[in-house]
Amino acid sequence: MTPDVWAITGVALVTVLTVAAGSLGMRRARTTGDFYVASRAVTPRWNAAAVSGEYLSAASFLGIAGLVLTYGFDMLWYPVGYTAGYLVLLALVAAPLRRSGAYTLPDFAHLRLGSGPVRRTSSLLVVLIGWLYLVPQLQGASLTLSAQVGAPRWAGGLLVCVVVLIAVASGGMRSITFAQAVQYWVKLTALLIPAVVLGTAWHARHDRLPGPAHTGWVQPLGSGVEHPLYATLSLILAICLGTMGLPHVLVRFYTNPDGRDTRRTALIVIGLLSVFYQLPTLFGVFGHRYLPDLAGSRLADATVLLLPERMLPGLPGQLLGALVTAGAFAAFLSTASGLTVSVAGVLSQDVWGGLRRRDERIRRFRSAAVVSIAVPYVLSLAGARVSLAAMVGLAFALAACTFCPLLVLGIWWRGLTDVGALAGLVLGGLLAGTAVLVTLLRSPHGGWTGTLLAQPAAWIVPLTFAVMIVGSLITRSRVPADVGRVLIRLHAPESMSADLPSLGRSAR
Amino acid sequence: MTERVRITHPRTTAARSVPPRPPTREIDELTVLGELYLESLLRSQRRIAFGVCAATIGLLVTVAVAVSAWDVVGRITVFGIQLPWVLVGCAIYPALGAIGYVAVRLAERNERAFAALMHQR
Repeated sequence: MTPDVWAITGVALVTVLTVAAGSLGMRRARTTGDFYVASRAVTPRWNAAAVSGEYLSAASFLGIAGLVLTYGFDMLWYPVGYTAGYLVLLALVAAPLRRSGAYTLPDFAHLRLGSGPVRRTSSLLVVLIGWLYLVPQLQGASLTLSAQVGAPRWAGGLLVCVVVLIAVASGGMRSITFAQAVQYWVKLTALLIPAVVLGTAWHARHDRLPGPAHTGWVQPLGSGVEHPLYATLSLILAICLGTMGLPHVLVRFYTNPDGRDTRRTALIVIGLLSVFYQLPTLFGVFGHRYLPDLAGSRLADATVLLLPERMLPGLPGQLLGALVTAGAFAAFLSTASGLTVSVAGVLSQDVWGGLRRRDERIRRFRSAAVVSIAVPYVLSLAGARVSLAAMVGLAFALAACTFCPLLVLGIWWRGLTDVGALAGLVLGGLLAGTAVLVTLLRSPHGGWTGTLLAQPAAWIVPLTFAVMIVGSLITRSRVPADVGRVLIRLHAPESMSADLPSLGRSAR
Repeated sequence: MTERVRITHPRTTAARSVPPRPPTREIDELTVLGELYLESLLRSQRRIAFGVCAATIGLLVTVAVAVSAWDVVGRITVFGIQLPWVLVGCAIYPALGAIGYVAVRLAERNERAFAALMHQR
């Protein structure tokens, strides 16, 4: 058999698995609650695997290895940040957000502040962040299929779109919970087995790592990026604080039955991610030794895919390559479907909302799903100037600059007002959005301007916090009258909910 | 034998016109009381939440500063791997997990204490 056939078989298996899990859920998805949040009955272990499955995207599966190959030591901070983000999420938002009983971030904004404009701004931001995050997933899929199978450059992304739409439209979130949980283990296996085999092969060769490296690659702040200290710190900040603002991650925590379980889920997620993130680094280090020609090129993102065949020519390498390709597809499918559900949920509720009948709402949700993934697919065809992981990093930065201050202040500070929140969201969104656009569209800037725009979180996040706080203090009279009741609901354990007043302004 | 006395309320209509106890009153009372407790719960949970964030930042910054002393730290090797790679690539993850474990424990203990306080009432 040719390598193409093995890789195609792998991709086909993952695809069939995803669609099958989707149709399994279809028989059980009956209500809108099923579609959006799996009727809130998922246990921490299942949900943690599902969160991890959804979270480990093209950036984690392919991007990190490529970055480590090219830039070396400093890129180890990417996976550390991806993991630490869940620690921040666990501490600051997980349980209160679950207890708020809202489905989405705009729901939370509405519940806390009772303001239409804040809600609509949040909806717009959810859609933008979702699309910014979807584009690299689809580009990664196209890259994978063209690198492994020689398919045309539009094919991989289109395949992901079609499979995601079948799975999402037929089963909604419930099917995705099972599919996502399985996908985590698929992704882990798809990297673990090749890593063990390649590690053994490397050991047998008595090779030295990292091989003929220039000293900068091994050392901290030696990556050759301008202003490496600022860039590294800003990146860690963006990822740590941006995780809590990712719509597809948050909606998944709503599927836990209560706030205590969401904290436990987040803790298990930290464990699962810690295990997984050992592997991309290993591939990056091996890649630096055996695929040095990829450094800095567009194909650096394909390190994980190309490494097995380079190290082990012949059938074993081909089989491992097929396994990795299948795992990569699992990554694209799971992240893309999670994002599509979140974006479609917001689109169907807030943009085309107002429908009373259940079957109409579900039909609306399905058509919203088509729009949610078609737009980023078209954008992904435009080609990319930055690597997969860097692009995902920009989505994190946008989330950190807008939703992080809204959530942290909304949950922990009584004084937040609608005017302050709106001012912060608009300013943070505009500044971060501009930085993202400039980084994506213009040729790389030199000097501080380019660095500040490519890593905007470190200066925009404090600014957004400041604007929200000052704006709220100025408009102190607009603090919602029911802020005490809302905060009790957010912070009191569910065991006491019988004693507590129900909120007048329910999420939905 | 004592005289039989009829006890009646003289102003029947006025008595009836007193509005019945509003059903929301329980809730309002509970909210006022709850707000007193809320303030203490919020304060203690906030201390844990931001303490955990500070610990996380402290850990990351400490490791970042430690590995930047490359000339010293880079010479140490663990199983043939330079110490900075071991620290940032592996050792930092269990530390993050440990902080998370403590965070969950503390937050749940706080909530149990709050629930007990409310039920004592």
